[in-house]
Amino acid sequence: MKANEYKISSEKFVFCPDNANLHDQKLETKPVTYMQDALNRFAKNKASIVATFIIAILVLFAIIAPIASPYQVKDSDSNYAYVVPRNELFYNLGIKFWDGGTQKTGIPKATYDQYRAIELELTKIDPDRKVIMTEPEINKIVYMGKEKEEYSFRLDTYNAVGVKWVSLSTARYQLLQEYQDRTGIQVLYPITDATLRPEAIQDKSNGNIWYKTRLGAGQKTEIVYDADGNFIPIYMADNGTDMYTSKIYWEGDQKLYSYAEKKSGDEWYVRVDYREYYSFYHQEVLKDRITQPSFLFGTNDSGKDIFTCLASGARFSFILSIIVASVNLCVGAIYGSIEGYYGGRIDIVMERFVEILSSIPFMIVIVLLRYHLDASHMVILFISFFLTGWTGMAARTRMQFYRFKNQEYVLVARTLGAKDSRIMFKHIFPNAIGTLITGSVLVIPSVIFSETSLTYLNIIDLNVGNMTSVGTLLAKGQNFLFTYPHMILFPAIFISLLMLSFNLFGNGLRDAFNPSLRGTE
Amino acid sequence: MYMFKYICKRLGLVLMTFTIIFVMCFVLIKLKPIDMNTVGIGQDADKLRRLLEARGYLKPIPEQLFLYLKRIVLDLDFGVGVYIPQYSGQPVWGVFIEKLPPTILINVYSSLLAVPVGIVLGIFAALKKNKWQDHFISTAVMVVISVPSFVYASLLLFILCFKLPVDLQLPKSMLSLPDIVSLFPEKGLQYIPLTFNWDLYFNWPMIKSMLPAVFAMSFGSIAGYARFTRAELTEVLTSEFMLLARTKGLTKSQATVRHALRNSMVPIFPSIVGEFISVLSGSLIIERIFSIPGVGALYLSAINATPVPDYDFFMMLSAFYTLIGLVAGLVIDLSYGVIDPRIRMGAR
Repeated sequence: MKANEYKISSEKFVFCPDNANLHDQKLETKPVTYMQDALNRFAKNKASIVATFIIAILVLFAIIAPIASPYQVKDSDSNYAYVVPRNELFYNLGIKFWDGGTQKTGIPKATYDQYRAIELELTKIDPDRKVIMTEPEINKIVYMGKEKEEYSFRLDTYNAVGVKWVSLSTARYQLLQEYQDRTGIQVLYPITDATLRPEAIQDKSNGNIWYKTRLGAGQKTEIVYDADGNFIPIYMADNGTDMYTSKIYWEGDQKLYSYAEKKSGDEWYVRVDYREYYSFYHQEVLKDRITQPSFLFGTNDSGKDIFTCLASGARFSFILSIIVASVNLCVGAIYGSIEGYYGGRIDIVMERFVEILSSIPFMIVIVLLRYHLDASHMVILFISFFLTGWTGMAARTRMQFYRFKNQEYVLVARTLGAKDSRIMFKHIFPNAIGTLITGSVLVIPSVIFSETSLTYLNIIDLNVGNMTSVGTLLAKGQNFLFTYPHMILFPAIFISLLMLSFNLFGNGLRDAFNPSLRGTE
Repeated sequence: MYMFKYICKRLGLVLMTFTIIFVMCFVLIKLKPIDMNTVGIGQDADKLRRLLEARGYLKPIPEQLFLYLKRIVLDLDFGVGVYIPQYSGQPVWGVFIEKLPPTILINVYSSLLAVPVGIVLGIFAALKKNKWQDHFISTAVMVVISVPSFVYASLLLFILCFKLPVDLQLPKSMLSLPDIVSLFPEKGLQYIPLTFNWDLYFNWPMIKSMLPAVFAMSFGSIAGYARFTRAELTEVLTSEFMLLARTKGLTKSQATVRHALRNSMVPIFPSIVGEFISVLSGSLIIERIFSIPGVGALYLSAINATPVPDYDFFMMLSAFYTLIGLVAGLVIDLSYGVIDPRIRMGAR
């Protein structure tokens, strides 16, 4: 080997400047942080992604629906109680589903005729106001030796409300007549003459009976038909005392009938088309955003809009669970870190305290708080979750601290003179954060579930003012399970979807934050 | 010896926890002075005052606690109902014993249904791992575990008791037992050995009326066992001793039954034990939905009594639920050591 073969010419050597910083080369690829890695692996889990979307939709529903809906939780109208869900789009297209109609089967002729009478009365003004939405199927059966007809048809529960007796003040009565003239909508219907059907006094306040009836067998109201089988009208003839000045008349006749009955002093009894009156009442009197009765999820037994109630209840549940989860995370993390980091006697004492606290049944905590605190149930709910909820998070944090506190990097930090608090929160805590985040996200569905159970069992009652809860809706729906199943359907779907997607979401999160699963999928 | 020491230690801790909760609960419920002017529906203020005075409810709290414990130890007297209208003046223990059979029976039936069905489903899913059978079972299990019990209980009620053809329908609520043997005559309050008239419970109409509740109750457990068994068994099936068993000449089914199944039962068995201990406690929600005249319904009426929760019923039932919870947890922990000798309890 010749010495000069590897000779590098001396010009190639340069002096390193005294103040130069020498670096390694920068990495060509981007480093993947812990969080990014978790996110990547979460994105691979399809079920979790779908669940995330569903949760987002439900949260949006809870935020937007109470604002967008014209109804409020406190709005109730007993005339529109038990009305079934109606989607205006489906209704206008004539689809026989979600259109505010229910399929009625085995209806006797008398009941069918009552519905037909309502329809006759309403279609005199507006031919589209069908009560019986489909042609009835007539089924002839023999029952106890007699031949009977049974009708099956689809009933429009909104139009079936029909005509109602309403009592108005003089001012309101005149306002209503003004409204009629301005819009051209006939709201007031001719009143009926009760003397023409004196036997059937039990139907006196039923505005839908405009035809002659009599008291039949078993104190039941029977319809009296004329020779052709038609109804016999019993409208009150005009006697000039009804102060009716509106230009709109019944069937174009120039004031044949009487439109109001004067009760004591300033009070008028009128018969109104209830749908139009409802619009008038909300637009002219209350001046709110309600234009006409249409309930997307139907109404409950007190005539409250289930859509709005459900959204408000959901909104409260979300707010409660997020607050509880974050408070639990803070308290539990601090408590658990102290326990886990110091260990020994401190740990034993603190752990005993947690053990006792967590073995008290939640029900006892609630009942004792309810008994002692003179606060609203909402406050009690918050306090009881704060009191016992953090123990799970503390146990989780404690375990993480036990896992990490004897590792070398902690020893190094301690050798370098780091304070306890610095080691705890700068060195150990960031390593535990994945598990803690998963844990506190999973607190959200469990809080919602507890809240729903408690309100369902009526141990906590949140129905104050403009508030309600999903549990209350479910409990109410439970009472009408066999008669009006729509009342429980939507709250049940909501809570099931929420729980299911939170479970899937939580599983995905747990796997994503578990570094030991990296590369195994 | 080591095991004995450990059990004693755990028992002592359970006892301590229970005592603290019991005393705390007692003191807190008695801390608020009794308002003599607020009485429940249909109650006489004067009669109420006499009842409360006779039982020493107006004395200082420590003395009351002493009296309460003394009565329990000597006479098994847990007090009398005050604010629940239908049990006003009746001994708590007697009412409790009367309410226990429906709760226990429904729980026992549902456990008897849930444990085998759940485990079989889990084994099936594990053996068919990643095939459509497994996906189907796992999805169903996920749904049942997530959906709250009041939703699927309502659905069951709707289908079983309403939508089915009339001759297949099940009763909507459980039959009541107005004439169940009264254990405690109103005065005596002595402990008589339990003599139930079991015939009242073991007949077809009674069992039929319990079925919807039993199904609803078992659904959650079935899903839980299926998931647990599947997870354990899939893990065991991939372990190395299974390979050894096959190399030794066992068929796949022999290896699965003799080796995999046994090992996978280690964590499952304790939870079965736990299930059979908590048959006593039942579920408030299921009992409400199916109108079961059980302990849960009693607890609810004690909590929701007006104007205040009923002292003695609330005290006794709270203590009962707390104790069940604590004992179940303890037994589950201990049974790990019993079933698997590799686990040394309390070892560091």
